[in-house]
Amino acid sequence: MNHTVVVVGGNRTPFAKAGGALREASNHDLMTAAIDGLVARYGLAGTRVGEVAGGAVLKHPHDFNLTREAVLSSALAPETPACDLQQACATGLEATMYLANKIALGQLTHGIAAGADSTSDAPITVSGEMQRTLHAASRARSAQARVKAFSRLRPSHLAPLAPRVEEPRTGLSMGEHQAITGTRWGITREEQDDIALASHRNLAAAWDDGFFDDLVTPFLGLAKDAILRPDTTLEALARLRPVFGGEHGTMTAGNSTALSDGAAAVLLADADWAAEQGLPALARVVDAEVAAVDHPGGADLLLAPVAATGRLLARQGLTIGDIDLIEIHEAFASTVAATLKAWEDADHCRSVGLDGPIGAIDRSRLNVTGSSLAVGHPFAATGARIVPTLAKLLHARGPGSRGLISMCAAGGQGLVAILEAV
Amino acid sequence: MSALEMAFTSRVGRKVAARAGLHEPPVLRRGRTYPGGPIVLATLGASRLGADTLALLGRPYEAPVIDSGGDEVPGYGDRIGALVVDATDLNRLSDLEALRAVLRPALRGLEASGSVVILGRPPAGDWEQRAVTRALDGIDRTVGKELRRGATSNLIHVDPEAGPLELASTLEFLLHGRSAFVDGQTWTVAPAVDTPAPSERPLSGRTIVVTGAARGIGAAIARTLARDGASIVAVDVPPAGESLAAVANEIAGTALQLDITAPDAGARIAAHVAGRGEGLYGIVHNAGITRDKLLANTDAQRWASVLEVNLVAQMRINETLLTPGLPGGLIDGGRIVGVASTSGLAGNKGQANYAASKAGVAGLVAAMAPDLAARRITSNAVAPGFIETDMTARIPFVQREIFRRANSLGQGGRPIDVAETIGYLLDPASQGVTGQVVRVCGQNVVGA
Ligand SMILES: NC(=O)c1ccc[n+]([C@@H]2O[C@H](COP(=O)([O-])OP(=O)(O)OC[C@H]3O[C@@H](n4cnc5c(N)ncnc54)[C@H](O)[C@@H]3O)[C@@H](O)[C@H]2O)c1
Repeated sequence: MNHTVVVVGGNRTPFAKAGGALREASNHDLMTAAIDGLVARYGLAGTRVGEVAGGAVLKHPHDFNLTREAVLSSALAPETPACDLQQACATGLEATMYLANKIALGQLTHGIAAGADSTSDAPITVSGEMQRTLHAASRARSAQARVKAFSRLRPSHLAPLAPRVEEPRTGLSMGEHQAITGTRWGITREEQDDIALASHRNLAAAWDDGFFDDLVTPFLGLAKDAILRPDTTLEALARLRPVFGGEHGTMTAGNSTALSDGAAAVLLADADWAAEQGLPALARVVDAEVAAVDHPGGADLLLAPVAATGRLLARQGLTIGDIDLIEIHEAFASTVAATLKAWEDADHCRSVGLDGPIGAIDRSRLNVTGSSLAVGHPFAATGARIVPTLAKLLHARGPGSRGLISMCAAGGQGLVAILEAV
Repeated sequence: MSALEMAFTSRVGRKVAARAGLHEPPVLRRGRTYPGGPIVLATLGASRLGADTLALLGRPYEAPVIDSGGDEVPGYGDRIGALVVDATDLNRLSDLEALRAVLRPALRGLEASGSVVILGRPPAGDWEQRAVTRALDGIDRTVGKELRRGATSNLIHVDPEAGPLELASTLEFLLHGRSAFVDGQTWTVAPAVDTPAPSERPLSGRTIVVTGAARGIGAAIARTLARDGASIVAVDVPPAGESLAAVANEIAGTALQLDITAPDAGARIAAHVAGRGEGLYGIVHNAGITRDKLLANTDAQRWASVLEVNLVAQMRINETLLTPGLPGGLIDGGRIVGVASTSGLAGNKGQANYAASKAGVAGLVAAMAPDLAARRITSNAVAPGFIETDMTARIPFVQREIFRRANSLGQGGRPIDVAETIGYLLDPASQGVTGQVVRVCGQNVVGA
């Protein structure tokens, strides 16, 4: 790495539940809004940005060039190139690392990493029979042939196929996978509700402090995160019924992320270039590590970040005690709890190839302005939400403060990154 | 739009209104444009000020037609675009006849949206001289009211120590369509050091903060100043961030989501400007709110919120930005512009809190001006009258139509009119204009 890569800042839309205030917005609209707010914050209108990398997890066929199309709709110069990337829930962070690496190599002076997802506008597909019939009908040369093509259809072929949210190899939803992990690690309902409550409390306090004034731009009249319940209590959370893990399950709608709509973007730059341009620098992108667990052979679909964390810390010559702030993406409260247990578990850590346990952490350093349970989790956006949030927090703590981001992703993958305040 | 309003603005409605004497108002000349017809200069005495200032602006001028005093009014033949009267040597009441003699033919000969500009001296001298000074003011206001088809009249008090360089930006502004909605006004041009000559893009390379820039007058100010070359920091409350970003991107400025009543608002503005490696040339305090109620029904909360946003916040922000040496603070030779209101200056039923805040703005800029003179920072205000915006669209229709027409131009102003006047005050060439309040009201009948 020859060049120092810094996080200049970020921008996101407020996040909302599927079917909520942002339901009319497509992935394209959401990503454009996130980019435009970032452009306005840093005075980039009409300029050519080195590259924009972004993606969405739930994509329509017409989203094939989503990021480039969003750039063309944005206030950036049309000469700004873009590419689509995707790594499930880690997309936003993976896009950040893709650009950071290019900047580090001197291929770019600056770039924007972005992620957007609309679960309100999730693609609905037709059955294979229906698809074959439509293709046959469009090839037919006569009205008669067209009628004949359609005559093969049966009522069952007409039913639309809802987007698949389960793991293709197991047929289990992510929540069901996490329920297995939760049971294996003995994660209690109380632990999970505590994590959910802290997420809402921390996020509400950050909004009250004006922390998001330079991280969020309102969109479609929505000015604040809509999933946030500032007044929620342990009692209210305790009353919710389990949604995963059967009737004795511990995972509820309160301690699992909601299907969400939203988008986020991060401005990354070469530190020298940023200084020349009079752009601020919040934190340096230090390093990142990606990992995967055996799937479907293994038991813990969402614990791949454990190996990534251990390997990354070792490569940087750091221990978890050297990290001031930790962001663990709250796919489920149970994922956070299991991750922290796994970090402390010597046997588990060795089983994934680490020398020993990662160690315990002080919970007051974890997700200090809330995370996905309270904010929401528009899949591809979350990484691009966390990077500038953490960079701003580290910057406020002073130069040298370190932060770690841990993201789990579908297919048993995990991506972990370290930032350091400048 | 109410049913009444729709009926009124329909074609039939407009015909009925015209028969009732409510004519379609004239379309005003706007922008950086001089009048179509020639400029006439009438010098009453030996002064060279008017002539030299027009020469500095590169404007040719013609000699006036002078009325002999009888029933026959000599005409201008073709219409003229503007009449500039240099009355700076006018000291005696008997001299006022000379002013009448040049105004009479011009009133008939002025083109639509033409301008009358009278140059006088600030009040000074003996009793008669002071009476003359005040008489000019009465004449200017009357001319403003008698002129038709969008033509305006304004009086400038030019300090005896000030010369053509100090006057140039003001005369240019008054001849330009930029002053379309400024009518029947009087303000002062003082001597100043290092005044540059007017130019086409006077704000080039200068960073200016505009508060309340997400919509209405503030958005127009941001666009107009950007047109004149400024790099804009557009400020508005976080919930207005979406339109704020759109305005900022349209003019390649930056957006700063900030409630100006935050205790650290000044510091955050400075940090934003400094973070971009810039110094701050000017700030336009445009953000404002109304919470109307008769004073008899105004509680402490309504009172405080309006004063806080419209006056207290800007005073606090100014204090911070004026801290010497503050990175991102106001540079020497900088500009502060407040936004007052005619209903504030005149008082308005149901607006005691607003009037307090807006008259306070006028007081504040006048008070700061002499104290900031050593740093060559000017501080001025505009006082808009009725301007067509979201704020005034909330006024019930009939009342709105009355307000709209209650001025010499028979129409509401546009946000751009306020913006252009602010642009004039921000112009580096307006170094001699400080401590002034310029009303942008089409000579509203309300207020002094
Ligand atoms: N419209 C008129 O006829 C008229 C007449 C006289 C004076 N004015 C003055 O002109 C200014 C602009 O008026 P307008 O008609 O465009 O009003 P507007 O309501 O359309 O716009 C005012 C803007 O100020 C912003 N604002 C309010 N409080 C703020 C705060 N605390 N921090 C940051 N931003 C804040 C608002 O969000 C809004 O975008 C105001 O000061 C108003 O009093 C207007």
